[in-house]
Amino acid sequence: MKTAQVIMATGANAAAQAVKYARVDVVPGYPITPQTSIMEYMASMVENDELNARFIPVEGEHSAMAAAVAASAAGARVFTATSSNGLLYMHEVLHMASGGRLPVVMCNVNRGIFAPWTLWSDHQDSMAQRDTGWIQYHCSSNQEVFNTILQAYRVAEQINIPIMVNFDGFAISHCLMPLTLPPQEDIDQFLPPHKPEWRLDPANPSSFSNVTMAAEYAPFRQMLSDDIIASIPLVKQAAQEYKEATGMWDGDTIDTYRLEDAEVVAFAINSMAAELKLSVDILREQGIKAGLLRPRLYLPFPAEDIIAALPQNAQVMVLDRNYNFGHPGGILASELKSVLFGRRNDITVKNRVMGIGGIDLTRRFMAAEIRAMMDE
Amino acid sequence: MTTSIKQLPDTEQVLSGNGACGGCPATMALRIVGKALGPNAIMLLTPSCSVASMGMTPKLGYNWPGINITFATAGSSASGITHALEIMKEKGRLEGELPTVFSWVGDGGTYDIGFQALSAAAERNDNIIHFCYNNEAYSNTGVQRSGATPRGSFTTTTPTGKRQPKKNMALLMLEHNIPYVATATVAYPGDLYDKVVKAKNIPGMKYIEILAPCYLGWQFDMSDTVQMSRAAVRSGAWLLWEAENGKITFNNPTSLIINGKKAAEPVDEYVKKQGRFNRLLKGADSAERIAEIQGDIDREIAFMRERAKITI
Amino acid sequence: MKSLTKAYRPISWPMLGAGGDTGSWRVHRPVVDVQKCTKCQFCWAYCPEAVIDRHEIIIDYRYCKGCGVCAVECPTGAISMEKEE
Ligand SMILES: Cc1ncc(C[n+]2csc(CCOP(=O)(O)OP(=O)(O)O)c2C)c(N)n1
Ligand code: SF4
Ligand code: SF4
Ligand code: SF4
Ligand SMILES: [Mg+2]
Repeated sequence: MKTAQVIMATGANAAAQAVKYARVDVVPGYPITPQTSIMEYMASMVENDELNARFIPVEGEHSAMAAAVAASAAGARVFTATSSNGLLYMHEVLHMASGGRLPVVMCNVNRGIFAPWTLWSDHQDSMAQRDTGWIQYHCSSNQEVFNTILQAYRVAEQINIPIMVNFDGFAISHCLMPLTLPPQEDIDQFLPPHKPEWRLDPANPSSFSNVTMAAEYAPFRQMLSDDIIASIPLVKQAAQEYKEATGMWDGDTIDTYRLEDAEVVAFAINSMAAELKLSVDILREQGIKAGLLRPRLYLPFPAEDIIAALPQNAQVMVLDRNYNFGHPGGILASELKSVLFGRRNDITVKNRVMGIGGIDLTRRFMAAEIRAMMDE
Repeated sequence: MTTSIKQLPDTEQVLSGNGACGGCPATMALRIVGKALGPNAIMLLTPSCSVASMGMTPKLGYNWPGINITFATAGSSASGITHALEIMKEKGRLEGELPTVFSWVGDGGTYDIGFQALSAAAERNDNIIHFCYNNEAYSNTGVQRSGATPRGSFTTTTPTGKRQPKKNMALLMLEHNIPYVATATVAYPGDLYDKVVKAKNIPGMKYIEILAPCYLGWQFDMSDTVQMSRAAVRSGAWLLWEAENGKITFNNPTSLIINGKKAAEPVDEYVKKQGRFNRLLKGADSAERIAEIQGDIDREIAFMRERAKITI
Repeated sequence: MKSLTKAYRPISWPMLGAGGDTGSWRVHRPVVDVQKCTKCQFCWAYCPEAVIDRHEIIIDYRYCKGCGVCAVECPTGAISMEKEE
């Protein structure tokens, strides 16, 4: 029996390794910092016959997503990755993937968006795609990126909804961390070959996305909305089965740390949540009963799991790495408040926006911010 | 020899009772394309008249699997499909002869918004046929100008007649060094059929542009679709040619015009048959503006005659 | 999950009359004079609707849109366009 292997890998490499493990068929790609190295890995894996797939060097992200959507409609397992303005440029075609119920999986390496020009991370790019009908994960470590991409294929192909796997630029994409690579056989068991129940097939011709009258259009949209929510049990099941196959666990819809008896709960996504575990330890040393709740799944927002996990009378400190323009504060805070409203009146929600354009979020800084928020 | 009408196959891929206007040149052309491609093909469309004509969910008026994709992405989407099919075949998940992947796109989706993705697909030489049915305007949105609208033509966004000449899209595609480029039009179904059959059997990127005189946009009687197509060729406003591996050959009757055996008919006749040039004909400067149109045609004929001599 | 059935994807299947019984659009009806017809098949080749039987030169009026292309293209003038009642 083969055993797992541990390598040192960046987050970008971890993503590329997962795509290889998923035995993806088609990878259209276009470079943008900090995602570029994923596409470079994909191109060389295909070129060196490490991955039996087609790499399509398209001329832009709008085309990358179009090629992904079309290849998926033809029955292939597809992958692409982007960041920031590349993701924004895809916007129109993201709706083709979700409306067409095509299980495309994509990484978005989070980066702030122009103007003005920035290269570093915040979450405005993926948050701006909130209403495109994609499921969104946010990862907090290189290993979680690897694990989540494989789980994403599982879920996407079960429910026919595209999935975006997000992780921060540089803090994850460019940092080396140990990466456990499970035996391929274990992954093959976990993720069977893609067998779409519909595809573009001359033997059984049908077309996709004709003009559609309201009486037919509305039910498709309703079904998409319902099924995005219905993906939650599948996300949990995938995490569970992945754990059984590989022994690795990052949480399912949410990940928690020292939460059970917490009076002050840090609430954040992506790489800052990993650092926040250390902030929690600092606060605990200071005598504050702190804990962490990190949604791994941002969309659908795991309302029931959050409601069940929050301790009585907790103060929740939402640390948003994005703006909710037109409202004070960030988008995560609004999402949280809307699910708590009328159901958990014992909870107080406080919110700060931080880490915009890549501002460093250290454990001490965030611990101090949380302390300051307690006095507000 | 050009395939005669009686030799065209029976295959019908365009199904009767679709949603196109009566006399629609796009549908007429697609029917001939269907005879050449047969059923083993996958079709990509972008928002256009041909999408509006194809029937509403869940009804389909074309007998192919098809996808109506975002307006700008015929090129990249077709690449996605063709690569998917090829790799699935390599991996043993598909059997038999691979389907022909073709795009069926208007001049808007080809000359304008779709130009970038198409150019990139051509540069990659991906294995697809891109058909542009060129009705010289955005017909589906109510006849606005496109890069294919000829000088002098009225559209709703050129209310006094377009001031610029159209671009030579087929030549631009040729300059991508792709293995096959051709132009055609509905009046010559055998010529169109032969070009599609040829394209189908050549690996790599193929571009075929079909002039599609649209009675609604051009403003003539719908029974005259084929007449208008013929007049375009006879006046030299549309040139029939093909290029295999970069070598241009002109097809009849354009070849007669190019080699001087037959004079192109003066453009006046062609222009007068179409309401889209009406306002221009009524203006005080009508002689000047017709001369401009004639000048564009003469220039293209002279240019293409010389371009064809370059065979390296 | 209903979405796993094809009906909940926006897809369409080939059929005659996807745009309805388009014969009802007709203002003029093409009528073939068999005496004049040489069976050259021009009308069949140019008909955008594929409603003409190429051998019998019989028109399927259920879908014929009455565009008149066949009448204009017929070399012998065998097709006349007659006003529909
Ligand atoms: C991104 C985008 N912009 C604009 C449109 C609106 N639109 C739909 S069809 C069309 C014109 C199509 O023109 P063409 O490609 O020449 O096809 P035709 O209608 O003439 O057959 C436009 C502008 C669209 N569907 N998508
Ligand atoms: S407007 Fe012109 S191109 Fe469009 S369906 Fe009608 S005839 Fe055909
Ligand atoms: S075009 Fe005229 S002569 Fe030729 S087959 Fe049709 S009806 Fe007969
Ligand atoms: S009138 Fe038009 S649709 Fe009817 S048979 Fe003649 S060409 Fe075909
Ligand atoms: Mg057009």
